[in-house]
Amino acid sequence: MTEKNYIPGEHPDLPPPSNLIGPVAWIRDNLLSSPANIIMTILSVWFLYIVIPPTLNWFFLDAAFTGEDRNACRAVADGACWAFIGERFKLFTYGFYPEEHRWRVNLSFILLIAALIPVLFDKAPFRSLGLKFAMAFPFIAGWLLVGGLGLQPVPTSQFGGFMLTLVIGITGIVFSLPIGILLALGRQSNLPIIKVFCVSFIEFIRGVPLITLLFVASTMLSYFLPPGTNFDLLLRVLIMVVLFSSGYMAEVIRGGLQAIPSGQIEAADSMGLKYWQSMRLIVLPQALKISIPGIVNTFIGLYKDTTLVIIIGLLDPLGIGRASLSDTKWTGLSTEVYIFVAIFFFISCFGMSRYSLYLENKLETGHKR
Amino acid sequence: MTENAQSTQATASGDNYAVIIRDMHKWYGEFHVLKNINLNVTKGEKIVVCGPSGSGKSTMIRCINALEEHQQGDIIVDGTELTNDLKNIDAVRSEVGMVFQHFNLFPHLTVLENCTLAPIWVRKTPRAEAETLGMEYLERVKIPDQANKFPGQLSGGQQQRVAIARSLCMRPRIMLFDEPTSALDPEMIKEVLDVMIELASEGITMLCVTHEMGFAKTVADRVIFMDGGEIIEENNPDEFFDNPQHDRTKLFLSQILEH
Repeated sequence: MTEKNYIPGEHPDLPPPSNLIGPVAWIRDNLLSSPANIIMTILSVWFLYIVIPPTLNWFFLDAAFTGEDRNACRAVADGACWAFIGERFKLFTYGFYPEEHRWRVNLSFILLIAALIPVLFDKAPFRSLGLKFAMAFPFIAGWLLVGGLGLQPVPTSQFGGFMLTLVIGITGIVFSLPIGILLALGRQSNLPIIKVFCVSFIEFIRGVPLITLLFVASTMLSYFLPPGTNFDLLLRVLIMVVLFSSGYMAEVIRGGLQAIPSGQIEAADSMGLKYWQSMRLIVLPQALKISIPGIVNTFIGLYKDTTLVIIIGLLDPLGIGRASLSDTKWTGLSTEVYIFVAIFFFISCFGMSRYSLYLENKLETGHKR
Repeated sequence: MTENAQSTQATASGDNYAVIIRDMHKWYGEFHVLKNINLNVTKGEKIVVCGPSGSGKSTMIRCINALEEHQQGDIIVDGTELTNDLKNIDAVRSEVGMVFQHFNLFPHLTVLENCTLAPIWVRKTPRAEAETLGMEYLERVKIPDQANKFPGQLSGGQQQRVAIARSLCMRPRIMLFDEPTSALDPEMIKEVLDVMIELASEGITMLCVTHEMGFAKTVADRVIFMDGGEIIEENNPDEFFDNPQHDRTKLFLSQILEH
C-alpha cells in the first residue's frame, strides 16, 4: 500500500489495521501469543474436558431429586442425592422457627430486598423515601422476627439456618460500618481521651479471637451481669459480632483516611467548613471509596464467621447440616450438605464482591491518573 | 519611606487594614520558622511575597487563615483577631480565600460542585442560587463549559482556574495565593496569571507567594522578600527590582532573573 502524503500537522486519525481488532486478533493475543501460552491453552482445555462432564453428571445428570431416603436415591442414580436437601430445605432456611409464624421471616426477607435496592443503587425510584425505609428496616425486621407488640413472641433460641446467618451477618454489616468509621476518626483525633479509648478498643478486639468473644458472650457475661437478668443469647452474640467487626472495619477505613492528601482537609478548612462537614463531604466519601475492597473483604469475612456461632450452640446452616447428618435415614450424605451450604455462602459472598466492583467503577471520576 | 506611609495610615484609621501582623513568631517544634514578622496590608493592596524555598513565605500566608498556628504576636484579619477561639477562625476563613500550589480540588465532586460546596454548607445559600453563583465565577475564569466534568479530567491550568473560582464563590475580601503557578507547565502559567491579573484589577486584597516576577511588576503594590523566616526587605516593585537594598535580595534577584 502506498503511503498517502499529508501536509505536516494535518495527518488525520486513521482506523487501526484489521489484524489489531476482532475475535481472531483476540484469540491470537490472549490464547496463542507464545509457545508457552499455546501449551497453557491446550492444558486448560484438557483440564476443563476432564473436570466439567463428571461435575455436571454428579450435580445434575446422575443426581436424584426425589426419594424417601438414601437407599431410594441410590436406587435411581449414582450422583448427588438432592432429595435429602429437599426434605430438609425448610429446616435449613428457618431453623426451628415455628411453622405458623414463618411468614414473618418471609416478609422480613422481602422487606430486606426492598430496603437494599435504594441503598445499593442510586438511580432506584423513590430513593429518598426508600432510604428512610432502609433506616427503619432493622427495627421493623427485629420486631417481625422476635415478636411482641401484638405479634406472638418467638424465642431467639428457635432461630436457625440461613435466616440466622442473615440476621447475624446483616446486623454485623449494618452496625459495624458506622461504628468502624467513628473508631477510625477517633483514632486520628487530637483529643487524647478519645484517641486512647479508640486505640485500646481496636487493639483489644484485634488481639482476641472471635470465638473467645463468643464464649464470653455465652458464658462469662452472666458473671458480670446482676444475678437474675436474662440477657438474650442471640443479642449478646450480635453485640459481640458487631464490636468485633467494627474493630477491623476501623483499621480498614483508617487506611483509606491516611490516603487522603492533607491538602484536601486544608482546602476544606480554608473555605470555613467545620470538622464534621469536611469529614462528611470531603474526606469520608474519598476515604470510603478507596477502602471499598477492604470494607467488602471485612463484610465477607464477617458473614462467613457467622458459622462460628455453632460452637456456642446456635444452629446456623452448618449446625443444621451436622444435626441432619445424624439421621439414620440419610447417613453418609455429608458431601451434599456441605456443598449445599457452600453454594449458599458462595452466592452471598460473590454477590457482595461483584457489587463492590460495580460500586468502584461507578465512583471512578478519573482522578487516579 | 514605606514605613512612614504605613505609620501615618495606621494612625489615620485602624480599620483601613485588611491584615495586620504584629511581632509574630512561629516554631515547628524546636525550629524557629517565622521570626518577628510585622506586616500591615491595607484594603485592596496587592502584595507579592518572594524568597528562596524554606524561607517561611508559605508558612506566613498560611498563618493568615490559621492553617498554621502562630505561637507569639498578633494576627488581625479584617478586624478579627486570630486566637484559639474556633469561632474567630471560622469567621476569618469564610472571608479569606486561598489558592494552593497543588490546587487541592475535591476529586470526587464535579467542577461546579467544587464551587458550590462552601456557599451551600458555610453560607447556607440555597442550591439553585449557589449554582448560578458558581457558573458566574466559572465564566469569569473562562471555563463554564467544564462545569460538569470532574477535576481529574481537566488540565493543570484549568484545575487551578477552578480553584480560583471556588475561592471566589465565597466572595472573600482577601485572597491568598500559595505559589499558584509552581506546579504548572509553562503554557498554562499564563492562563492562570491572566485570571489573577484580572482579579487584581477589581480591588480585592491579594497576598501572593510567587516567583513570577513579571506578575509582581505588573500587579504588585508592594514586594516582600523573605529569607530565613524574616522579612528582609519590602518595597514597591520598581524600587525592589531596580534598586534592591540588601545583599541577600540582590543575590536572590540575580539568581532568578538571570535565566
